[in-house]
Amino acid sequence: MYTHAFFFYFFSFIAIFSALMVITSRSTINSVFFLILDFISVGCLFIMVGAEFLGMILLIVYVGAVAVLFLFVVMMLNVAEQKQSWFMGKKSTHIPIGLLFSVLIFLELLVVVGGWKYKENLMTSSTLNMDKKISNTHEIGSVMYTDYVLYFQISGIILLLSMIGAIILTYRKRENIKRQSYFNQISRERSSAVEIKEVSFDKGVKIDD
Amino acid sequence: MIEGINFLFGEIYRILFVLIPVLVSVAMIVWFDRRVWGLVQKRKGPNVVGPFGLFQTLADALKYFFKEIIIPSSANKTIFILAPIITMTLALVAWAVIPMSENFVLADINVGILYLFAISSLGVYGIIMGGWASNSKYPFLGAIRSAAQMVSYEVSIGIIIINVLLCVGSLNLKDIVMAQQNLWFVVPLFPMFVIFFISALAETNRPPFDLPEAEAELVAGYQTEYSGMMYAMFWLGEYANILLMCALGSILFLGGWLPPIDIFPFNLLPSPIWMVLKILFLFFLFAIIKAIVPRYRYDQLMRLGWKIFLPFSLIYVVLTASFLMYFDLLPKAGAL
Repeated sequence: MYTHAFFFYFFSFIAIFSALMVITSRSTINSVFFLILDFISVGCLFIMVGAEFLGMILLIVYVGAVAVLFLFVVMMLNVAEQKQSWFMGKKSTHIPIGLLFSVLIFLELLVVVGGWKYKENLMTSSTLNMDKKISNTHEIGSVMYTDYVLYFQISGIILLLSMIGAIILTYRKRENIKRQSYFNQISRERSSAVEIKEVSFDKGVKIDD
Repeated sequence: MIEGINFLFGEIYRILFVLIPVLVSVAMIVWFDRRVWGLVQKRKGPNVVGPFGLFQTLADALKYFFKEIIIPSSANKTIFILAPIITMTLALVAWAVIPMSENFVLADINVGILYLFAISSLGVYGIIMGGWASNSKYPFLGAIRSAAQMVSYEVSIGIIIINVLLCVGSLNLKDIVMAQQNLWFVVPLFPMFVIFFISALAETNRPPFDLPEAEAELVAGYQTEYSGMMYAMFWLGEYANILLMCALGSILFLGGWLPPIDIFPFNLLPSPIWMVLKILFLFFLFAIIKAIVPRYRYDQLMRLGWKIFLPFSLIYVVLTASFLMYFDLLPKAGAL
């Protein structure tokens, strides 16, 4: 029990600390790395409450793919040079907007927590009864593809659409560009490429006619 | 309290019992790799230090150990030092779930295969961090190439794993091996085995996909600015990763610790030895390929990953699923 509590406080301390560091650290690269640390420790917390499938998926999807893209963007944009903090600027418009959003999120949290407080059977009515013998991967799989298959498919299609949209926005067809055709390259034969010509002395041959 | 300490020491003992063999076999495998490479090219390879040159890697490690660690003045020091540590730690941490026999496994977790997949997808960070923190052109180019390469080949490895999981019905590595008692998955899923092997080459940055460290173009890629022990850590982590991929391949397709046929002469050997033999066989293929195949060009590599492997393995998922569905062979829920 003590070990469990110890690990819980260990991971949650790291999670909160790195979340704070994400928004306060000066260099953008460091905030991305703290974000990754945050993802990892939240993944560990997921595993600690017994949701090992969610924890691992969090690691694979967010840390293994999404955060790599974050890093890419940050490294490519060269925003690491940003030295002075935008808190100090007089004309900063970030603070009111940030305040607005944080107040909104705080209100949402209030609604959620208030729901717990005032309706006691909310948790039990909205959660599924888990069978302890079956691992939660099985459990998620059996629900996701039966009861919630439509939502699952729709979310997949939304992702696909956004991917196609991003490709269409950035794609432009360029003319006059030489592309390799692998099929032509491989199917090239000696007879179509090399020709032996008799060269008579002092005359030469015409090429490319 | 005393019990807790005893438990802790017991765990450390068990962990060392896995870690030290892995580190020693990494040293041996480097020797084996260079030896095979040499023999293919009609050279002798390392044969001077110790019997058959077996201690060559130890000598190299000793040399690295005594070299000065140089940190470029314009480098980001923290990240520069963290990068090789992360590479090596991740490569070793993954060994916790590899089962060497039915009882010989450090952590027998439910989502073993996802854990391995997650750890190998984290492996890209060591390379990106090293390449970026060096603050120099070649390492950065190498890191960018490598990140794109590893992310794209992970996708096809993931789908290949789905193929195997469809036949098993569990994410536990032990269950995956035990499901192959009658038939190794290399037989029904042979095309997936080939694609897995090639993707593993790309995932571990081995030739012919060693673009991140293509010495003709990028000096040494992301390792250019590293020296001494830090370079050695990158190098150890890389080989530990290769061994891990071989172990994963033998668990997914070659039946892990199971003997080929469970009859008299084969089941005499203890199961960990079968596992080691299979890992060695896969590593031998890695080494041979390093010697005989020229390096891919970058766009060819990307095309192979996204336009050939990904669609093909997706189609194979559909085929496997419909075959299992049609013949009613799907593993029943809760059977394992």
